[in-house]
Amino acid sequence: MSAVPGPSTLMNVNLQGQRLARRRARVIRERLIELVLFFAALVSVFTTVGIVYILVKESVVFFEQVSIVDFLTDTQWTPLFDDAHFGIMVLLSGTLTSSAVALAIAIPLGTIIAIYLSEFAPFRLREVAKPFLELLGGVPTIVYGYFALLFVTPLLQRIYPELPGFNLLAAGIVMGIMIIPYVSSISEDAMRAVPMSLREGSYAIGATRFQTAVKVVVPAAFSGIASAYILGISRAVGETMILAVAAGMQPNLTFNPLEPAATITAFIVQVALGDLPHGSLGYQTIFAAGLTLMLFTLVCNIGGHMLRKSFREAY
Amino acid sequence: MADLKAQIRSRKRWDAIFALCGLLALMVGILTFAALFVDMALDGAGRLSWEFFTNFPSRRPGEAGILSAWIGSTLVMLTTAFFAVPLGVAAGVYLEEYAAKNWITDVIEINITNLAGVPSIVYGLLALGLFVYQFGLGQSILAAGLTLALLILPVVIVATREAIRSIPQVIREGSYALGATQWQTVRYHILPYSLAGILTGVIIGMARAIGETAPIITIGALTFIAFLPPAPVTSEPPFLSFEWLFSPFTVMPIQMFNWTSRPEAAFQANAAAAGFVLVLMTLAMNGLAIWLRYRLRRNIKW
Repeated sequence: MSAVPGPSTLMNVNLQGQRLARRRARVIRERLIELVLFFAALVSVFTTVGIVYILVKESVVFFEQVSIVDFLTDTQWTPLFDDAHFGIMVLLSGTLTSSAVALAIAIPLGTIIAIYLSEFAPFRLREVAKPFLELLGGVPTIVYGYFALLFVTPLLQRIYPELPGFNLLAAGIVMGIMIIPYVSSISEDAMRAVPMSLREGSYAIGATRFQTAVKVVVPAAFSGIASAYILGISRAVGETMILAVAAGMQPNLTFNPLEPAATITAFIVQVALGDLPHGSLGYQTIFAAGLTLMLFTLVCNIGGHMLRKSFREAY
Repeated sequence: MADLKAQIRSRKRWDAIFALCGLLALMVGILTFAALFVDMALDGAGRLSWEFFTNFPSRRPGEAGILSAWIGSTLVMLTTAFFAVPLGVAAGVYLEEYAAKNWITDVIEINITNLAGVPSIVYGLLALGLFVYQFGLGQSILAAGLTLALLILPVVIVATREAIRSIPQVIREGSYALGATQWQTVRYHILPYSLAGILTGVIIGMARAIGETAPIITIGALTFIAFLPPAPVTSEPPFLSFEWLFSPFTVMPIQMFNWTSRPEAAFQANAAAAGFVLVLMTLAMNGLAIWLRYRLRRNIKW
């Protein structure tokens, strides 16, 4: 070590300076990258804000011209006629009836399939059946609509000849079959997450498979099964193409699945297919209908969340 | 003693009965799918020919084809993938590798869960108000691609997160120990190892997007298109043209919807043929995703 800095020390200082600069550049780059990734994650928030903004903005204009009391209590839905009535009940009845038919199919069948695959089925069968069910959920809904209109309805007409060509029953049945995979796959995951020791305890005191499944596994997995049902409900309520194709698009205040009726979603499709000018009352109607739909699914989702929280069993 | 045996027998019978019910329920699903597939294949078989893929839709059912529909679908899918894949993967990486545990992260996560449950037609309304009118994109391929990209974003994000979560912590620690920064760790370790899982999610998302009808009808896509968007490749420099992004279009499911809603049986045969092609496409994509996932589970052992 000499008192006068030699050339090698000078180089060291220089090197160190370079290293510091490089390090600073690196830190800045890291920060920048994190920021970019953060904004990508924020897109989901923007989407929600965008949906709420658009729906509320157009609905506000709509409700300036149509009173909210009429909207909720009127029993006619004729937004495009001269004598316009805006009773959302009419569309809601179609949505509720078709969803009820769909859930009457999807919930029992989906639950039985889930219990069977989780507790009874041999390993090989489960490995084959699960992907197959996923395929069933992956078929485009317009294809299901075709199937409901041109296969299921003629089939039902053989049993019940008075059935009209467009009806909620065929649409609801096909919709139910479409929803089965959603219900069964989430329920099964919930049941498989129940620890083996609970089953072993049940078997050890002499319970059969069926008893174990129904009295031990299903109650333990209830929160997961409930959220599967909720997902099924929101799928059914939001389903569009099956109903637009097979249930007809005439507004009809009915709870009889044998009749044709329009749902909220089918009405939106019907208006979009026509040529309504931007900014007209008819154009705003679909946003009010969409807002109703959105609120309905939101209530379902929040309900599901609360169910999940209050019934959650931690192991 | 005999009483006990009878009881045991009756309980075992219940086991067998339930197992039978389970198989039957499974059969309902499988038979429906088989019926749908066979029904459409039989109805559409007469229309499936080379001309069906190279003809424009027509008023005469015998000459109608799906040329504009499958080209439209391809272009919309390209646009969707272009937006959804980078955004979804980036969001997934952020949430798994970077996000601090605070309320902003909670809000983002709740949003993603909720968006996955929003009906697809609501995305259509969002796009109609925002993309078509507010941004002035019109009824274009770009507007449709953006809509579907938002729709499948939750699928891509969830798949990315799951793929990243399955990478053990030691990989990250090893990378940091060698002096790598966080981004270098992500770029050279996390992303390559989760690639197959991400790809599975992307394929499943795209298979969903290709069959979506409602949001695209909602933005006002026309149902009868007898021309093609401008070609993306031109003969003059700069050789690439993006005019097609702003062109009107139709897609496979809309073409099928158009034919299904006509009363003539001949058009319904066209609908069956188009539906058959559509189902084959989604089946192939889903099948690929399932196979990828299967390979993945077998090959990787940390």
